[in-house]
Amino acid sequence: MSAVENIKGKFGDRVRVFERSDRRVYVDAERKDVVEIGLYLYKDLGCRFVTASCVDTRRGFEILYHFSLDETGQVISVRTIVPHDDPTIESLGKDLVAVEWIEREIWEFFGVEFQGHPDPRRLLTSEDRPPDFHPFRRDMPRTRSEDEWRGK
Amino acid sequence: MARKVVPIGPFHPLQEEPEFFRLYVEGERVVDIDIEIGYNHRGIELLSETKTFDQATFLVERICGICSTSHPIAYVNATEDLTGVKPPPRAEYIRAITGELERIHSHLLWIGLAGHFIGYNTVWMWTWKYREPVLDVFERFSGNRNHYAVMKPGGVRRDFPEDVKDFALKVMDDLEKEMMWLAKAVPDDPVLVARLKDVGVLTYEDARAYGAVGPTAPASGLAIDVRKDEPYAAYDKVKWDVVVLPNGDVYDKFIVRVLEILESIKIVRQCLLEMPEGDLETKIEEYPPGEGIGRHEAPRGEVFHYVRSEGGNNPARHKVRAPSYNNIPTAKVTCVGGHIADAALTLASVDPCYCCTERLVVVDGNRRLTAQELIKLSIEKTERLRAKYRGRS
Repeated sequence: MSAVENIKGKFGDRVRVFERSDRRVYVDAERKDVVEIGLYLYKDLGCRFVTASCVDTRRGFEILYHFSLDETGQVISVRTIVPHDDPTIESLGKDLVAVEWIEREIWEFFGVEFQGHPDPRRLLTSEDRPPDFHPFRRDMPRTRSEDEWRGK
Repeated sequence: MARKVVPIGPFHPLQEEPEFFRLYVEGERVVDIDIEIGYNHRGIELLSETKTFDQATFLVERICGICSTSHPIAYVNATEDLTGVKPPPRAEYIRAITGELERIHSHLLWIGLAGHFIGYNTVWMWTWKYREPVLDVFERFSGNRNHYAVMKPGGVRRDFPEDVKDFALKVMDDLEKEMMWLAKAVPDDPVLVARLKDVGVLTYEDARAYGAVGPTAPASGLAIDVRKDEPYAAYDKVKWDVVVLPNGDVYDKFIVRVLEILESIKIVRQCLLEMPEGDLETKIEEYPPGEGIGRHEAPRGEVFHYVRSEGGNNPARHKVRAPSYNNIPTAKVTCVGGHIADAALTLASVDPCYCCTERLVVVDGNRRLTAQELIKLSIEKTERLRAKYRGRS
């Protein structure tokens, strides 16, 4: 069975699978199911975790967890929406160490909270940034004075 | 035994770029390591949103100096995934040649640095000497030793001229002889073997759990390579092999890179001889709303670019993941349990490119060792081993 058939067979209605091409698969899921799907891809299908991307859209924070199935060359991306007014999601990094850093980065730049994450610190910017410093959010001003950035 | 902390970084001569590794040591054993990154963070992903799709190619080229064409190749693969455009065959061959020449000079640089870290400065001088003709090929082809500005969405910007082709073929022949010699000389030297074998081991399971890529992964038995798994450019049109070794120690990582250079020479030679005539680009008429994912096997591993378009002239989101982002955290399992004298080499064995990753680390504690002292420790260990072997023969 192909990976797509396996995913559809295991998760049924909880996912919508879209094959954009023979090498690009997108699995849309609710945020509560993402950890289970991610671990299924890693443990059962033998995928490799590549990275995660986050885009701030009108619908909410769209997070994609990208996995690579190296035997076929497919990239399987698990997509979920995290609403702006409740930006929390269960952490996959607590179960899969490769995800730890990228979840820190997404928190740092978008303000999405990954519940259960073992090490929720800033990754790329310094600790003296103010707590609301999430520069990729669309509602953040793109320019500020240095003092404003430092929360003074 | 009291715990001491050994700082390596943030700005220190042993690593080419600033980053900070905090090693917790008890006596001579490393018991824990903390890695902090971010010193080279330049906000490239946000900057990309202010550039047009064509300009972004030049922006990402400057993410890294040594793997400079890797990011453009992954990025143009992403834009071509987004638009459905395929570059013409001649462009694909030129992309493969550029990518492989870059792999060759990057690996040669690393081999030299690894030699330097353990006190084999002769290896360092010689590999960097072998590297020069490869950079000369680049200079004659593109005008630059690094940052070649060859890639563009839909094709390539420069043609590979005939006279440079002959020069490049000669360089490949000479280099092949030199690399075959190196591939035999390393296992023959008992001190090098003693310094590198069973040091900094990354098991197959840990390599999978950390998502390790590049020479780091095949050295642990994980046979992955984007050029084979999801072929692009001319990689599926020429014959070559992925090098895989089982032990995951620094020795295997070293040998994987030496053998990869030999495979790259094969690829470059075939591409130069078989390159078809034709156009250099396929014009991209528009960037529809959607997303594209592009990958490339850079010298350090898989580079991954995700590009999101909302129909305008600029990327709405451009996520860049460099291979070192997944490889550097493996230091947590490879350094811990080892000796301080091996730490610098183990950290360097994943060939970390900090500009690609932006990392830093902090140190605190009573005892502070400077970088000079760490290099000294490493070279002293080599001397002890040399004396031991000299005593035997």
